[in-house]
Amino acid sequence: MADKTNDKILFDHNHDGIDRRGFLKCMAWAGTGALCVVEGGVLKSFALNDPAANHAKGQVSFVQISDSHMGFNKPANPDVVGTLKAAVDKINALPVSPEFMLHTGDISHLSKPSEFDNVDQILKSAKPQQVFFVPGEHDVLEDNGAQYRERYGKNSSGSGWYSFDKNGVHFIGLVNVMNLKAGGLGSLGGEQLEWLERDVKHLKHSMPIIVFAHIPLWTVYPDWGWGTDDSAQALSYLKKFGSVTVLNGHIHQTMQKVEGNVTFHTACSTAFPQPKPGAAPSPGPMKVPDEQLRSVLGITSVQSVKGQHALAVTDSTLA
Amino acid sequence: MSRRVLKFSMSLLLLALSYAPTAGAADNSAPVAITIDNFSFTPQEVKVKAGTTIVWTNRDDIPHTVVSTDGSSFKSKALDTDDKFTTTLTKPGTYPYYCSIHPKMTGKIVVE
Repeated sequence: MADKTNDKILFDHNHDGIDRRGFLKCMAWAGTGALCVVEGGVLKSFALNDPAANHAKGQVSFVQISDSHMGFNKPANPDVVGTLKAAVDKINALPVSPEFMLHTGDISHLSKPSEFDNVDQILKSAKPQQVFFVPGEHDVLEDNGAQYRERYGKNSSGSGWYSFDKNGVHFIGLVNVMNLKAGGLGSLGGEQLEWLERDVKHLKHSMPIIVFAHIPLWTVYPDWGWGTDDSAQALSYLKKFGSVTVLNGHIHQTMQKVEGNVTFHTACSTAFPQPKPGAAPSPGPMKVPDEQLRSVLGITSVQSVKGQHALAVTDSTLA
Repeated sequence: MSRRVLKFSMSLLLLALSYAPTAGAADNSAPVAITIDNFSFTPQEVKVKAGTTIVWTNRDDIPHTVVSTDGSSFKSKALDTDDKFTTTLTKPGTYPYYCSIHPKMTGKIVVE
């Protein structure tokens, strides 16, 4: 169903001076399924299903899913199980199989054990079996996130933050849905910020950084709480890096922003869409005609290549 | 006043007092209802007499909570659609509260 999908390349974030012809060639990725790599200043392209593309030095290839809201059953989507399964099918049909997945939170709708169990069960059918999670506000109800951490935060600190490396790329999972203050936005808190500063202090400036957290780390729309009170401090620790990508969820629509060395991107939900900022009285679930639902839900594929700043972030809808 | 009249008056007085509301007692009038919908508490600000029961009902299609900002007066579990939360405040004062899941949602109870 490739011709029906809405695959968009958002940007090819490359600072290595690819000439115009090379750039346009890269922009044809979505149609031809080509991966462009710059090695030693020379542009090379691989077809996305070429195994050589996978083993290009230092390449990392993963998928971000978000906001599965397992347990939600209102008109905006009475079948969040079905749409999450469709997302897994989509992932399994990708021309380049991702190595692992990130889930940027709101795994469950009401923090119920059965809801977490259902998501785990569905994700068992995904080819990439390794999944890294961060919690959404729906995952930490009643128990300050104890159940979430028991299930998904074994190697984490504090409320569930952690970092890991994959093929020369440094991934940082942050938690900004705990201890939210009245009238406020998302919040990282002092302890997590101190940890972050230490975590990146001795990393080389050339190491690509990917940060993932539930609520956007830039201010998308404060009236609806779409932002994080203390993200500026977090980002200040990342100023020295040449390439920083921030992946978020929470707003159930894709949005992106580039600010200096930082590229921000939010993913679709696999459960239900939400309105564009200010386009409705509140940010709640948005009902669309049934036949359109899968076209407003989706996944995000990310591929990065060592040695240059190229980071391909591709959103795909479910239909 | 003769002793008998005095005793009778005292009895009457005591009888009368037993039916009179004591100072600061519960106003057992109907509970005050607050609706949660579209990420808002309506009415956002309510004034009640001490001892009035307040009932929140979530009519939104997403869960919300009701949590007093003082951290101790009242705190609900996550309320799904049609769930209710009830509290009775006996101490006069101002009680700002919010939804801990969506902290931009705020309300206020003034107890007199």
